[in-house]
Amino acid sequence: MSLLLTAAQTVGPYVAIGFEKQSLPDVAPAGVAGERVVITGKIFDGDGQPVTDGVIETWQANSYGKYAHPDDTQEKLLEENFRGFGRVLTDAQGGFRLTTIKPGKVAGPDGLGSKEQAPHITVAIFMRGLLKHLMTRIYFPGEAANADDAVLNRVPAARRATLIARKAADGTLQWDVYLQGPNETVFFDY
Amino acid sequence: MSHLNPYRKSYFDTQPDYRYPPYRSTLKRAPTQPLVQIPQTLSEITGPVFSARDVKDTDNDLTAQHAGAPIGERMFVSGRVLDENGRPVPNTLIEMWQANAAGRYKHIVDDHDAPMDPNFTGFGRTVTDANGHYRFKTIKPGAYPWRNHYNAWRPAHLHFSLFGQGFAQRLVTQMYFPGDPLLEFDPMVMSVPDERARQRLVSSFDWENTVPEYAIAYHFDMILRGRDATPMETKGNKK
Ligand SMILES: [Fe+2]
Repeated sequence: MSLLLTAAQTVGPYVAIGFEKQSLPDVAPAGVAGERVVITGKIFDGDGQPVTDGVIETWQANSYGKYAHPDDTQEKLLEENFRGFGRVLTDAQGGFRLTTIKPGKVAGPDGLGSKEQAPHITVAIFMRGLLKHLMTRIYFPGEAANADDAVLNRVPAARRATLIARKAADGTLQWDVYLQGPNETVFFDY
Repeated sequence: MSHLNPYRKSYFDTQPDYRYPPYRSTLKRAPTQPLVQIPQTLSEITGPVFSARDVKDTDNDLTAQHAGAPIGERMFVSGRVLDENGRPVPNTLIEMWQANAAGRYKHIVDDHDAPMDPNFTGFGRTVTDANGHYRFKTIKPGAYPWRNHYNAWRPAHLHFSLFGQGFAQRLVTQMYFPGDPLLEFDPMVMSVPDERARQRLVSSFDWENTVPEYAIAYHFDMILRGRDATPMETKGNKK
């Protein structure tokens, strides 16, 4: 049987009505193991204007590198109280703030037993003006494993930095999204 | 080494491009660099798991969230969430939002000169059952103007957000109503290249679920990306 895929359509300007109820800026409740991180950033459009009606969704493994999902058959510790899903709406300045734990390494593209990927967070971005969502990742600064990450290595070297958060003076991680322009963020198709 | 079971790439004509000049907001927001093709890993084939415990039984009734009934044509909308292989997608969270019967959203940015309805918020959610079925009770939204081009009107629509069973299946779409003359003038609808894929966004009148002397029903199925093969087949075909 073969059914025709449903087309994506934009979330439009009133996305907050649909997404606010399940807004999840604190991904890891108290008691979840791992290094606590705060990720902040802004989204900018092609004119350099902040995007004030955007949504960032995140999906990640726990600090042991295990996804709370039945298709993850890695033999790693699962934590009952960690779903791994985050969602933040951008504010009037185009900014967002997410608190979570740094995920562990998960299996690579060839599945169990293959070289593990560098720690990363899977991201989907929604907004008016996007007929379908954008897909990208957040990687962590100063991580040795970034150098031979199978996905990062698919990205032209000059653009890799757009996927790696920067450590700010106050210890937070900063990750800005540029939809267009010289620093355009790398977006994926998979 | 165990093989992952990836989702098939979208058949290209079923999905809009990011850049679609008739929808003006895409011009400054669509990426200009080519997308980087990456393999699906555990990170893409897994995704947040929801269950009926994440919602209240009454969350799918948008007519019962306030003291009084909202104004407008009461309606049911129901259908199934399936993948491209025809398999039901159970336990998937569906979020739905919409304008009121006059075509006005309960949102600070909406300045359309149409009345607000104190008895209507316009948000509901539900989780599909074991067979992929979902159902909402609401009122039919009104068409509304926007400033994309001269005399621009959005056809009446519901916004749907679905998680599926992996991040690769995530879908946000809109449902339209049969026979709406605004459809062919709408850049959102027309951004979908394939005519059959555009038709898939239009619900159908559902006589069987229409409740006599109470409410009309519409039917709307949503199809998410399917996997290349079942895990069983993958095992059998292992090289
Ligand atoms: Fe809308």
